[in-house]
Amino acid sequence: MLHCSIFARVRIAIIDESASRASIMQEGLAEAGLTDTVVLTEREGLLAKLQAVAPEVVLIDLANPSRDVLEDYFAVSRALARPIAMFIDKSDEETTAAAIDAGVSAYVVNGLTKSRIKPVLDVAVRRFQAFTRLQQELHDARNALAERSVIERAKLILMARRGIEEPAAYALLRSHAMSTNRRIAEVAEAIVTAESLMGDQP
Amino acid sequence: MSLERIRIGFLPLVDAALPILAREKGFAEAEGLELELVRDFTWATVRDRLLYGHTDAAHLLAPLAIATSLGRDRPPVALSVPFVLGLNGNAITLSVPLAGEVVRGKGLGDPVEAGHRFREVALRRNAEGKRLRLGVVHRYSSHNYMLRYWLAASGLRPDDDVEIVIISPPFAADALAHGQVDGICVGEPWNSAAVDSGAGRIVLVTAQIWRRGVEKVLAMRSGAMQEQPELVARLVRALHAAAADFVEPSSLEHNAAILARAEFLDAPPARILRAISDHILLVRGTRPQHIPDFMFQYRQAANFPWVSQAAWLYSQMVRWDRVRFSARDLGRAQRVFRPDVYRAALAGSEAPLPGASSKIEGAIGDTIGVGSTQGRLELGADRFFDGRAFDPDHIEDYLAALP
Repeated sequence: MLHCSIFARVRIAIIDESASRASIMQEGLAEAGLTDTVVLTEREGLLAKLQAVAPEVVLIDLANPSRDVLEDYFAVSRALARPIAMFIDKSDEETTAAAIDAGVSAYVVNGLTKSRIKPVLDVAVRRFQAFTRLQQELHDARNALAERSVIERAKLILMARRGIEEPAAYALLRSHAMSTNRRIAEVAEAIVTAESLMGDQP
Repeated sequence: MSLERIRIGFLPLVDAALPILAREKGFAEAEGLELELVRDFTWATVRDRLLYGHTDAAHLLAPLAIATSLGRDRPPVALSVPFVLGLNGNAITLSVPLAGEVVRGKGLGDPVEAGHRFREVALRRNAEGKRLRLGVVHRYSSHNYMLRYWLAASGLRPDDDVEIVIISPPFAADALAHGQVDGICVGEPWNSAAVDSGAGRIVLVTAQIWRRGVEKVLAMRSGAMQEQPELVARLVRALHAAAADFVEPSSLEHNAAILARAEFLDAPPARILRAISDHILLVRGTRPQHIPDFMFQYRQAANFPWVSQAAWLYSQMVRWDRVRFSARDLGRAQRVFRPDVYRAALAGSEAPLPGASSKIEGAIGDTIGVGSTQGRLELGADRFFDGRAFDPDHIEDYLAALP
């Protein structure tokens, strides 16, 4: 594809303390034909590494702790052509706002045309959003797993205490949750907590 | 009645106190406002959230609000400052061995004498190829300008004889402890954190360099501020009420406990209490010392955005960015500060309102009464340590006379 050969020449540095998010971004950029990317995750020695990489675009988490240091470096740097904060003029506001909303910030070397920056930012935004979604899913999955194990333990307690079978224990949990307008996991949690407080009483 | 929500960005610093107290002690609610506070760790993040509408207002460095409006290193976005969040409250903390070479005895240094000694050490270290490295919180910060003012007046060239690097406030004490820098100029509680860990000793406070130095401001996007004058007035009144509470001695302990909480400064309450009560521990193993006007708040219209303060900051921007003085940029810088909005918000209240919007900075030696349109207003000593005064109408002469 013709556009790939144009974009591939844009050198991009990804600065992110989350190595997994950085690699998700790198992968996304590569899929879009942007293969000249370098990931920097360490805060220490960041400026020296950046100088060696000499990127045309720097993608960075909006809340990255190195932001002030980086901006000052750009302001005084003579070695690097001076990059400026990501938006180029008024017409880019929409792209910029989308990036900020996704939590990504960028610095772009002066003189890089808008048509070459936009696809980079678009990929970054999509990847940041995808990563946030992934994290949410992971968080939800962990919660679900924790809930399931607490429900299992509550069932075992009910089975032992009441001398009932597993399906009956689960039915008991479920009906109690429904009648008290709570989630099964919450009822199970209460049972497990009570059991640990009561200890081994007959 | 439902409350109107205003989101305010801040960094974990003692001078973020007013928005925090306005929220936590009901001053905002009394004005029908619900403040949502958004904490970050770098000024670049706080500024970006404000520019792109993640927040409606921000606890911001005064020079950064001006630099953003002038478009330094980025396209300009007009910001406005209707309220100053306080004066001074910063300090210069050096590594303990270096401090020992700069200050004799256990007390605070004298800026002239300490400057003289610091110069000798700095020049020697530079000659040995081990230039002293000092951290400030941002290129466009009062910290950078105060430190440079002191260094230059002490006979040093800040860009050649020492190295000045940027460290965001939450990382300053650690940088000193790990030997990444020889000294820091930062706000509280980060000097005190360095003192408590044994890494640093406070040698000067910025109030000694300029007795009434403008510090953090409440910044808003100019467009958004103009669209909602009534809402802005309520916010200014809430912050002003919080400032009154800040200086109330009976509130000190409670306020320290609020600011200390994990979601705000996440620091020991005792450390914060020292800063907000002007009782500063200079070096570990001693007793806190009373430093009058360490943080200057509320009294003498301390929260009034004097246009001459903006002009002084602009003069320092010209000085250290090595750009030409421009009357047009001066005008734009001065218009960032909005005494008119402050006056409109507090008209009819107890707050004294100055008659003028600009003054000669650093010209008051003893407390004097000044003209006011409301209430009685006195202004206390506001000297620069080298005795120079700043006349905003003669900036070029002022700059030419500076070392």
